Amino acid sequence: MSGPRLGVVVNPVAGIGGVVGLKGSDGARVQAQAHQRGAVHRSIDRTRRALSVLAAQAPTCHVVTVAGPMGEQAVPAGLSATVLGGTARRATTADDTRRACARLLDHGIDLLLFAGGDGTARDVLDVVGERCPVLGVPAGVKMHSAVFGTSPVTAGRTAAAYLVSGARLAPAEILDLDEAGVRAGVVRPRLYGALNVPVLPGVQGRKVGSSAAETADAAAIAAAVLDEMTDVEIAVLGPGTTVGAVAQRLGVTGTLTGVDAVDLGTGQLLVADAGEQELLAAVRRRRCRVLLSPLGGSGFLLGRGDQQVSAMLLREIGTDAVTVLATRSKLAALGGAPLWVDTGDAEVDSALSGMHRVLTGPGEYMIQPVLPADEAFAPQRA
Amino acid sequence: MHENASPSPTTAHPYIPNAAPQVRDGMLAELGVNSVDEFFADIPEALRLTRPLDLPAPLTSEAELVRHMESLLSANVTTRQALNFCGAGCYQHHVPVVCSEVNGRAEFLTAYAGETYEDHGKFQALFEYASMMAELLEMDVVTIPTYDGFQAAATALRMATRITHRSGLVVVGPVGQDKLSKVYDYVAPVATVEHLSADPVVPVPLAEIARHVGEDTAAVYVELPDAHGCVDADLGALAALAHNVGALLVVGVDPIALGVLDPPSAAGADIVCGDIQSLGLGMQAGGAHGGFLAVHDDPRFVLELPSRLFGLTPTGKPGEIGFRDVAYERTSLAARENGNEWVGTAAALWGITAGVYLALHGPQGMAELGDTIIDRTHYAMQTLAGTGLVEVPGIDRPHFREFVVDLAPSGRTAADFLKAMAQRRIFAGVDISAESGSQQVLLCTTEVHNQRDIDTLVAAVKEVLA
Amino acid sequence: MITFPQRDGHARDFHQARWNEQLIFDLGSPGERGVVPPASEPAAAAAGEPVRRSLRNRRNAAPRLPQISQPQVLRHYLRLSQETLGADLNIDIGQGTCTMKYSPKVNDTFVRSPEVSAVHPLQPVDTLQGLLELIHRLERMIAEISGLHSVTLQPGAGSAAIYANVSMVRKYHAVRGESHRDEVITTGFSHPSNAATAKTAGYKIITLQGGPDGYPTVEALRAAVSNRTAALMITNPEDIGVFNPHIAEFVRIVHEAGGLCVYDQANANGILGITRAAEVGFDICHFNLHKTFSTPHACGGPAAGACAVTEELAPYLPSPVIVRADDGRFDLDHDRPLSIGKVRPFYGVTANLVRAYAWISSLGAEGLRQVAETAVLNNNYLLKKITEIDGVTAPYAEGHHRIEQVRYSLADLHEETGVSSGDFGVRLGDFGLHYWTSHHPYSVPEPATIEPTESYSRAELDEYVAAMRTVAEEARTDPEKVLSAPHRGPIHRSGQDAMDDPETWAVTYRAYRHKYLGEQPPEVPRWIPPAGLPAKQRPPRAAHR
Repeated sequence: MSGPRLGVVVNPVAGIGGVVGLKGSDGARVQAQAHQRGAVHRSIDRTRRALSVLAAQAPTCHVVTVAGPMGEQAVPAGLSATVLGGTARRATTADDTRRACARLLDHGIDLLLFAGGDGTARDVLDVVGERCPVLGVPAGVKMHSAVFGTSPVTAGRTAAAYLVSGARLAPAEILDLDEAGVRAGVVRPRLYGALNVPVLPGVQGRKVGSSAAETADAAAIAAAVLDEMTDVEIAVLGPGTTVGAVAQRLGVTGTLTGVDAVDLGTGQLLVADAGEQELLAAVRRRRCRVLLSPLGGSGFLLGRGDQQVSAMLLREIGTDAVTVLATRSKLAALGGAPLWVDTGDAEVDSALSGMHRVLTGPGEYMIQPVLPADEAFAPQRA
Repeated sequence: MHENASPSPTTAHPYIPNAAPQVRDGMLAELGVNSVDEFFADIPEALRLTRPLDLPAPLTSEAELVRHMESLLSANVTTRQALNFCGAGCYQHHVPVVCSEVNGRAEFLTAYAGETYEDHGKFQALFEYASMMAELLEMDVVTIPTYDGFQAAATALRMATRITHRSGLVVVGPVGQDKLSKVYDYVAPVATVEHLSADPVVPVPLAEIARHVGEDTAAVYVELPDAHGCVDADLGALAALAHNVGALLVVGVDPIALGVLDPPSAAGADIVCGDIQSLGLGMQAGGAHGGFLAVHDDPRFVLELPSRLFGLTPTGKPGEIGFRDVAYERTSLAARENGNEWVGTAAALWGITAGVYLALHGPQGMAELGDTIIDRTHYAMQTLAGTGLVEVPGIDRPHFREFVVDLAPSGRTAADFLKAMAQRRIFAGVDISAESGSQQVLLCTTEVHNQRDIDTLVAAVKEVLA
Repeated sequence: MITFPQRDGHARDFHQARWNEQLIFDLGSPGERGVVPPASEPAAAAAGEPVRRSLRNRRNAAPRLPQISQPQVLRHYLRLSQETLGADLNIDIGQGTCTMKYSPKVNDTFVRSPEVSAVHPLQPVDTLQGLLELIHRLERMIAEISGLHSVTLQPGAGSAAIYANVSMVRKYHAVRGESHRDEVITTGFSHPSNAATAKTAGYKIITLQGGPDGYPTVEALRAAVSNRTAALMITNPEDIGVFNPHIAEFVRIVHEAGGLCVYDQANANGILGITRAAEVGFDICHFNLHKTFSTPHACGGPAAGACAVTEELAPYLPSPVIVRADDGRFDLDHDRPLSIGKVRPFYGVTANLVRAYAWISSLGAEGLRQVAETAVLNNNYLLKKITEIDGVTAPYAEGHHRIEQVRYSLADLHEETGVSSGDFGVRLGDFGLHYWTSHHPYSVPEPATIEPTESYSRAELDEYVAAMRTVAEEARTDPEKVLSAPHRGPIHRSGQDAMDDPETWAVTYRAYRHKYLGEQPPEVPRWIPPAGLPAKQRPPRAAHR
């Protein structure tokens, strides 16, 4: 078999909670509840749809997957497949996903196609990292990460095009919400890292996010914001790839998921992946600016994954010292919804609220409303 | 019904099918709406016009409209009734009938932004236009037309500032005042312009140009033919001068001259721009213009072009060729304010027309055309100078199509002269005395002026100035 | 008796011309020619010959143009014309925002008459009175339609008109010593040329995003306005077909901050005679004559634009302006020190000024109102019919009527079938119809912008909807058929692969010869980038659909 090799991993319980209104599918109890409410395993069907398209467009492709509902059951007739060990259980766990990914990587694959949501993407991230390009078949409840095709069909088409002709790869942010929090009415999206995804001109992009196709935009934003910060001594860089481009331009190695502080005078990274106290120490009595970018899809600006940028820190340097950066397509994807803040301090949240100028490029801004997250926010993106 | 608005007419205008009352009422009923006015509910009362527009009574009958238009336009004297020697940016060349036939086809005339499939013919015709211009210009990249030669020059110069990251522009030799006005306004946000103008007698000396070109120069701009019709600019020397300091050479050219003249790229031009009005568009009172931009196939240049580019692509059927947009992300359509300047509806049909013109003429036709124009231009210059009543400055320099005539020997003003000539049904050129400071007119002779026309002109000049 | 079939009134059994026409470079033979230019008479040749001989830059290598006889040139181009879907042939409501209305054929006859086609712009004004009067009359009509004081018809098209507006804004502030005003405010649903032209003119751009009703909130505007504001440049109705009812408040806020207000009325088709720039308080507005005023779109130009301004801004208009003397004759005034100068050669796209004048003359005030009312009726009729198609929605302003167009979303259909809005449009071409998504970036997911204008009959609107419904059904039952379209067009589906890389693109046949046929490009002197000159970082790639 000389054709390209596609790894396939399905999370059969993905999406099972959403269709019955459970805001996610993590945890055995929720899944049991979902079954009681009559949920079906739609991720297998959706994967089969993606693979049918792939079979038509990349017939020489060879599938490597695991037995049972985690892959084998989703492979349509007509595609050759190697089936490694697996599980017959349908109530799979995160560990099952991780184990399956590891097996496929060991066997050797050119692209990993997984089906699930943000939770599944996190499990994939844990094992795969940068070892192999990845593409998601959208099948979960939460899909804020930028790895998913806009539909099962487009995921299949993109995978086929990548395997047949190749494409550039670019990092895509992996985000997830704390589902327990969501069910309790509190939203906690967080950035966990990035996976490499194929970027194909002429093929529909992914669902959301600061994806690969935007790296040049982010670079332009970074240049523009640095031009505007001539009188600033310390830049506090929040999480995400958009703000990450600023670190890149400054020539320092920032942390994608953490908060860093840079001395603009010396160009030195003062502290990487800093906690609240380190940040407070870094900014004291200096002219500071905090650069933040909303998390793709959810529009969360503060309080989710960046708790280090705390109420106390913002009181210290002033809420005016926050500059928001975002690519235009990320804002457009919010469809007019506001950006959210939740520092845990109502006074600071309220000071941060209102209309903000979001920097979207050199000399380009968008006016975007910012609101406290507790003002009736119920994310629902099944 | 809005209470103060004019009532809707009870009969439908012939252009508006659904204004027929029965049709309209049927559609309203389908929507469960009583009156069209409900559709405007979001427009606040205070912003409504509370009276009918004050416009002339409609000429709904086509027959009446035709009578009115004929009556209005009959006050024009056409260049078929008078002998025209005006040029200065709008040139009276012959328009081959096939050009008019093609651009009058409803399929082309009324198409717009259709995609590569259903408007395949448009894409091919425009690709072929660009390709034939590329042969004439000997440059591998030519854009879909922009508005006109003014815009092409202005954009070429802004491109030069983006490519070189510099802000100085040096314009050499005679350039039309109107074009300069457009260029100054357009480059003002990013560049400063020095114009080294010249009288018609001698070109701007190279040493003089060298003094103004330096490390901050983005581009040197020169025209061929220049605004006085001269075609002796030393492009090779200018290219070397510009390239030596890292600047570009931008050349404005009328493509109709390139059957007989070397393409500017051969001498080292980096961006070539101009107007395609000469190529079968006709005059239309100065309304028929299209601009072109040409560069070498170098991404540093190509990615700075604002206009659309159509490239060849294979299709799913073996042996079939299609066309698609190249590097679309450059454009404002894809990237709004991040694009290069902007691209909008400009002059595509004129591009198709110019393509037909070049296909009809071929290499031989373009060469013969150029020869005829040079011959008649110099015949006119020599016979006019021969009257002794006027001077032809720069008569020893090679000219193409246009030349300056100085009325000093006659003591007459240009305005008087043109008026007297017009009484003889001759439009004897364009008054340039305001910009030249002398009583001068700019005359234009093309392939449509035969020897007898020029003799008629000369005879009239003798009568008027004697 | 013979039984004849009855047309069922649904999707049309259509096939576009497919000529499989060769490139023009493959036609003809050496020695063939399509026209012969006049030859010089002996005396003229004698005058020119020494000049020609001594030219330093005489062309020796003939350009490699094709050599084709006249009938073959004609046939080639007529075949290509048949492979182009003009508005005269189709129900052209799918190119939303473009206002593909009927361009009356009679107006083309005026343009072809020698009184328009065979006059020179600089011939004596006494011999141009007909044209100058026509332009002057059209200026007065546009002034009345906008309610503003003075008008120029010089810009070559809509975007050029917007640029002229920005130039006037810049000059106005400069003359008042307020050049520090360096920001222009626009909205996400305004035409991209507003942002692009203002950026070209050197301004920073602040974009207001649409709120739940599609238009931005007053609060968003307040956050954007400051003493740096040069102008608000806004389209209304916005590109999604919603009229911003707070528009007068917007104007007041910007005026209070010292900025000018520029109204993009490129497409005023739904509000002719209903509401005007003047009543709202705008300082400047522009119209596209090829949209609202019916001039043909010509494959993308020539078009024409009109800018209207208040009396205060009239001195800034492009030069020259046409003035009417006391004796009723028309003249050109070039002496205008505050003018932004020329934006276009001569007086604009004369042919389209003639067409627009004739169109307005035919309709009059009552007819223009009939245009607006019918265009809006047609649009709301389509809104009902199209949103009845399963999988198609109309985001924003739910329950409100729309003005002249609607931006629909096929997101639900896409999610269900994987057929994107772009794919959908390609398949619709198989029914002889155009279809357009929207400008970028897409704020409405899987968008489709449909604008019926006043020119299409109810039966035609129904036919378009029927074709959409057919394709939506196909997306569910046979998505590959949609994804592999076109099937009945002039050519088959092509890929974007060759288009984005300098190594593979070929935008002329000459480039193709050099890249694909192995010919060496000639060595010519060229600019070489100085050492250390940064190359531009390439923006993310984009495809046209």
